[in-house]
Amino acid sequence: MTAARLRAALAVLAVDPAGLGGLWLRARAGGARDAVTRALVTPGLRVLRLHPGVTEAALSGGIDLAASLAAGAAVRGAGLLDGPAAVVLAMAERCPPALGARLGQWLDRNAGCLIALDEGAEATEGCPPALADRLGLFLDLDGLREADGPAPDPARVAAARGRLAVVGSGDAPARLATLAAALGIGSLRAPLFALAAARAHAALRGAASVAEEDLALAAELTLAHRALPAPDPDEAPPPPADAPDDAPAAGPGERTTLPDEILLEAVRAALPADLLARLAAGRAARPASGASGTGAARRGNRRGRPLASTPGRPDGAARLDPVATLRAAAPWQSLRRAATGRGTLEIRPRDFRVRRFRETSDRVLIFAVDASGSAALARLAEAKGAVELLLAQAYARRDHVALVAFRGADAEVLLPPTRSLVQAKRRLAALPGGGGTPLAAGLRAGMELARAARARGMTPTLALLTDGRANVALDGAADRPRALADAERLARLVAAARTPAVVLDTATRPQPGLRALAGLMGAAYLPLPRADAHRLSQALAGTLNA
Amino acid sequence: MTDPFPFSAIVGQDEMKRAMILTAVDAGIGGVLVFGDRGTGKSTAVRALAALLPPIRAVEGCPVNSARAQDVPGWAQGAGRRVAPRPTPVVDLPLGVTEDRVVGALDIERALTRGEKAFEPGLLARANRGYLYIDEVNLLEDHIVDLLLDVAQSGENVVEREGLSIRHPARFVLVGSGNPEEGELRPQLLDRFGLSVEVQSPRDIGTRVEVIRRRHAYDTAREAFLAQWRKKDAALRRAIVAARAALPSVATPDGTLEDCAALCIALGSDGLRGELTLLRAARALAAFDGAAAVARAHLRAVAPMALRHRLRRDPLDEAGSTARVARTLDEVLPAVPV
Repeated sequence: MTAARLRAALAVLAVDPAGLGGLWLRARAGGARDAVTRALVTPGLRVLRLHPGVTEAALSGGIDLAASLAAGAAVRGAGLLDGPAAVVLAMAERCPPALGARLGQWLDRNAGCLIALDEGAEATEGCPPALADRLGLFLDLDGLREADGPAPDPARVAAARGRLAVVGSGDAPARLATLAAALGIGSLRAPLFALAAARAHAALRGAASVAEEDLALAAELTLAHRALPAPDPDEAPPPPADAPDDAPAAGPGERTTLPDEILLEAVRAALPADLLARLAAGRAARPASGASGTGAARRGNRRGRPLASTPGRPDGAARLDPVATLRAAAPWQSLRRAATGRGTLEIRPRDFRVRRFRETSDRVLIFAVDASGSAALARLAEAKGAVELLLAQAYARRDHVALVAFRGADAEVLLPPTRSLVQAKRRLAALPGGGGTPLAAGLRAGMELARAARARGMTPTLALLTDGRANVALDGAADRPRALADAERLARLVAAARTPAVVLDTATRPQPGLRALAGLMGAAYLPLPRADAHRLSQALAGTLNA
Repeated sequence: MTDPFPFSAIVGQDEMKRAMILTAVDAGIGGVLVFGDRGTGKSTAVRALAALLPPIRAVEGCPVNSARAQDVPGWAQGAGRRVAPRPTPVVDLPLGVTEDRVVGALDIERALTRGEKAFEPGLLARANRGYLYIDEVNLLEDHIVDLLLDVAQSGENVVEREGLSIRHPARFVLVGSGNPEEGELRPQLLDRFGLSVEVQSPRDIGTRVEVIRRRHAYDTAREAFLAQWRKKDAALRRAIVAARAALPSVATPDGTLEDCAALCIALGSDGLRGELTLLRAARALAAFDGAAAVARAHLRAVAPMALRHRLRRDPLDEAGSTARVARTLDEVLPAVPV
């Protein structure tokens, strides 16, 4: 990440905001980020700051009830998203998927551009994918202390905007499309953004057509972060090697250039190596948190059992309770009529009562599966089957499912909480087995998931599937007594956190040690020798509903 | 709104385009669900379809696009008597839309200013006789989904709220798109879509390059690009109109009916909706192809899109329902050698 690239990105965005969609800025709040947002030049666009909690009513406008009542006539408020704008979305990592999709649709209408300020700290946090796909540029300010340098010169930007329409593209469309394919980028928006960036940069240089340097910069800014992580050079051939196979398919007469090594290099050099892996992890994990589908966003005022109405503003999310509102306004009528001199019903904004409902939250079922030893493969296969069966019924019961496997020295979250069968299948397809039994590590990973789920307002349940005794301690040492002590410590923590749990003993003979552990966890204990997927899911469903 | 991207200029995605054309030929097929990767032209195709459809004739100013003056609902304000052509309505259902916007609600303006109880029609009224498009349909809130299901099935919107008691026709083709990685769709809603299409990013470089070229041409030299494709779009529109006219006279031989039933039994699809949709889609395709009768080839062509979303989901089957339909299709209805 160099300051030069940052400046180039801002200049390019200023030249063609609509064509590029916007900028995904990954940075913690700080001097560098502030400098960037200050340097944003958006000619002809009003700048609008949004936060992830913004309501639909505020976005799309509608009748302004308070103003209407005061005026005695309907007053319509303009929506924030009416007309073109440069939207700055703060805390984009907290943006719910529905808002992301809404903003994405707005971007599709070419109404402006959006700068997503993503302060994601963990790999699983990030901009919602539906929105990220529509933002052309990506910048990671990690490690950049101070973004100095002047904002793009408005005069130069204006001149470039004027030239943009006449910049020739040459063979850039074909080359960028080929390059994106070689990088393993599925979305066809990516090469379009790359093309827009290249043309904008060429216009800034005052060139008549797109040249090599424009392509390199465009690829860095728009394609690099979407690329799949580069395969390890030791074991796999680099992606360009695949391209010749595909190229003849382009058909006769179609001159498709092979992906340029230089451009590929530029892309690879553009970002630190671990960033790609981190982003990929985020991409993979993100749908899980976004997989709330239609239910997880609990508003508390849309569905469920009705509660008493409460003072509030009907803002599209909350519904007005007319009867309660009138009741609240009734005692004041004579006073207010005397004050205004009007003979009509006088309602003030503070009389508004909105409906509230109580709703039960979504459940997350966290499987912690023992993947150690020789029986691992069979047991894992059954656990996988049980996960998928539970998911298949999940919608009706609003359950999410997560899977942690522990083996060898550590535990691994194989499936973050999800309700998506597609997602689950993909991640469960390759599940390794073998090694020691780090029971404590498995419990810890399960508890972490449970804590995260609870933070999102869901109700976690932990299901531990194992057949043996712990023999690997938390620090990865093969030390049986310490391993047991660690496991017991964590079991007590599970009980202390009041996480409902169930221990499924899949050994051929019930293990007294596991029964004791279940007692410490405050968990139900179910011996299930030779359990298959159907029996597992039935047993679990039975325990959960008990 | 500027001119949308021309429908015939969309590269590849033949199944999606075919499904949309079939609903244009026979609106009774009941909607299309497009599920797949991001950036594959799902939304582009829907907007292009809107521009492609032949206009409908409707009473001027009628909020539900009635075809005849006597059909205009009593509550409608400002409807004229004249019947005039207007573009087929394609209504976007934004995510986060409120129930009031969808079904309609008390007209607050008139309630406040004149103290009258009047109905302000919602999106369902505007979509009558046209299309209702939901982008990211799997992210739509549950209560809105339930409401849409009910109306899509009955073809009528019944509003009983805030002292209003209103009903109006709401027959529309539901088009939904989304990305399955962000969440599944309830089987109940899946079943309401007549056809379901899975789209993927094109894998082949030539196709991808062509997509970028055309989109670039559309963005930079719009007039020339639109002029270039206008003729093809017009031909397609004529073909749709001709297919609509030919649809009632397409013969359905008994053999085809038996094929339909055999296929659905072999796949174990729930209910008879699958068979009915399969047959309607095959008839529409036959009419579009200018065939006099529905043949097995037509059935084979539409079977995947008509049936893949109606199978009982077997989570332990790795292959997915598309492969299951294809497999059963080859077993039950092998292609007739020509």
